[in-house]
Amino acid sequence: MLRHRVIPCLDVADGRVVKGTKFVDLVDEGDPPELAERYAREGADELVFLDITAAPERRGTLLDVVERTARRAFVPLTVGGGVRSVVEMRDVLRAGADKVSLNTAAVADPSLVSRCASRFGRQAVVVAIDARRRPPPSPGEEQTWEVVVKGGREPTGLDAADWAERIVDLGAGELLVTSIDRDGTASGFDTELLRSISSRVGVPVIASGGAAGPADFVAAVRDGRADAVLAASIFHRRIHSIADVKAAMADAGLPVRLVPAA
Amino acid sequence: MTSLGGPATQPARPLIAVVDYGAGNLVSIDQALTTVGAEVVLARHPDDLAAADGLVVPGVGAAAPAMSRLAKRELVTAILDWIRTDRPYLGICLGLQLLFERSDEDGAETLGILAGRTSRLVDAPTLPHIGWNQVARRREHRLFDGIADGADFYFVHSYAGAPADDGDTVLAETDHGRPFVSAVARGALLGVQFHPERSGADGLRLLENFVAIVAAAAAASSTVARSA
Repeated sequence: MLRHRVIPCLDVADGRVVKGTKFVDLVDEGDPPELAERYAREGADELVFLDITAAPERRGTLLDVVERTARRAFVPLTVGGGVRSVVEMRDVLRAGADKVSLNTAAVADPSLVSRCASRFGRQAVVVAIDARRRPPPSPGEEQTWEVVVKGGREPTGLDAADWAERIVDLGAGELLVTSIDRDGTASGFDTELLRSISSRVGVPVIASGGAAGPADFVAAVRDGRADAVLAASIFHRRIHSIADVKAAMADAGLPVRLVPAA
Repeated sequence: MTSLGGPATQPARPLIAVVDYGAGNLVSIDQALTTVGAEVVLARHPDDLAAADGLVVPGVGAAAPAMSRLAKRELVTAILDWIRTDRPYLGICLGLQLLFERSDEDGAETLGILAGRTSRLVDAPTLPHIGWNQVARRREHRLFDGIADGADFYFVHSYAGAPADDGDTVLAETDHGRPFVSAVARGALLGVQFHPERSGADGLRLLENFVAIVAAAAAASSTVARSA
């Protein structure tokens, strides 16, 4: 039976893991391969690097980090942030990533998704959808969400569930769905958002934004029907371990991959 | 890291050629094989196979572009010759699917070493099938030495090969809606639908077992060569 994945996400800037609030006040947290290896040892089913390097001319640093990580952590690696073309995606895959996550570039040019999927297979193409709740609907109407880009600063007018369906038709093999309302708030995943998207598509949906504790991971899968769950700060700050989260999921009857303690 | 098991008399690191026919990630398989005791050469031309003791064909994605890239590099005949002389071969994901006669994904004619075809997973709750899933053995084989039956491996695919003569070839199955074949073995020909290079400690152990199989075959053939 397919396991529900638990995925730590690392923000990477200029080749270092950083943490901060909404891209400001970044604090250096260490060498990405080293942290990646630690998470893999602790049971991470997959890793996501989000490249938040400001300057495009320093992208070479990212490729070096990807390669050093692939040589140390024998679990799948997805790289997101800044990939805008088939050639850039090729370079990231060649460096040792298994998947690339497209976000703003997919909104700007949806054909990028089909071009990447036909070149590398849809399994390598993740589309990240950042969504914000629209104002509460009038009685009888359904809640909807709007796709936003540039870290939530820019609305697009796209309905999140419609966009999800369209982008899957174009070749997305997986969707990484982040609630911008919940991101960084530790108030739990937006399970209604997740449900509105997972009920519309047949590809795996990864939940993101708002994790505070193990119970939230259970809710993302059980109520949101997510296939996988991603979190950053609760793992980095060692508030909860991957093992804690997986134990709670297993207790709730959800299939997870349990890794023996090292 | 994994323990480097195997007989103490094992000769120098066996040379494994990893076929490079496209743009995918070869770093992981290169590093994983190196970690478990192999020398790795990336094979972009038939000559790159000449000195190799074992062959790994990795890959993800669709069959037609893969076959045309292999053909462009004159690797189709080289791979067929390799397999027909029963030298150790490990196909990973697409490298397993290519062993069948054709793929329903794009109608591509593939290597035709194994009777049967590659078809879309039936009744799958999600596609692509992405993530860790259990590999249940149908029979024992050295490839899985030291690995628990039902251990989790990492998958990322929508299609899988279905051998026509399944009784002899099938090594393991995995369930995603319905069971599909996740590992095959016929003589020195081995194939897995999952990615051992991305499957943690059990994945490394499987590759270590393959390296031991390659080393044993190399030792046997050099004995034959000496006595001839």
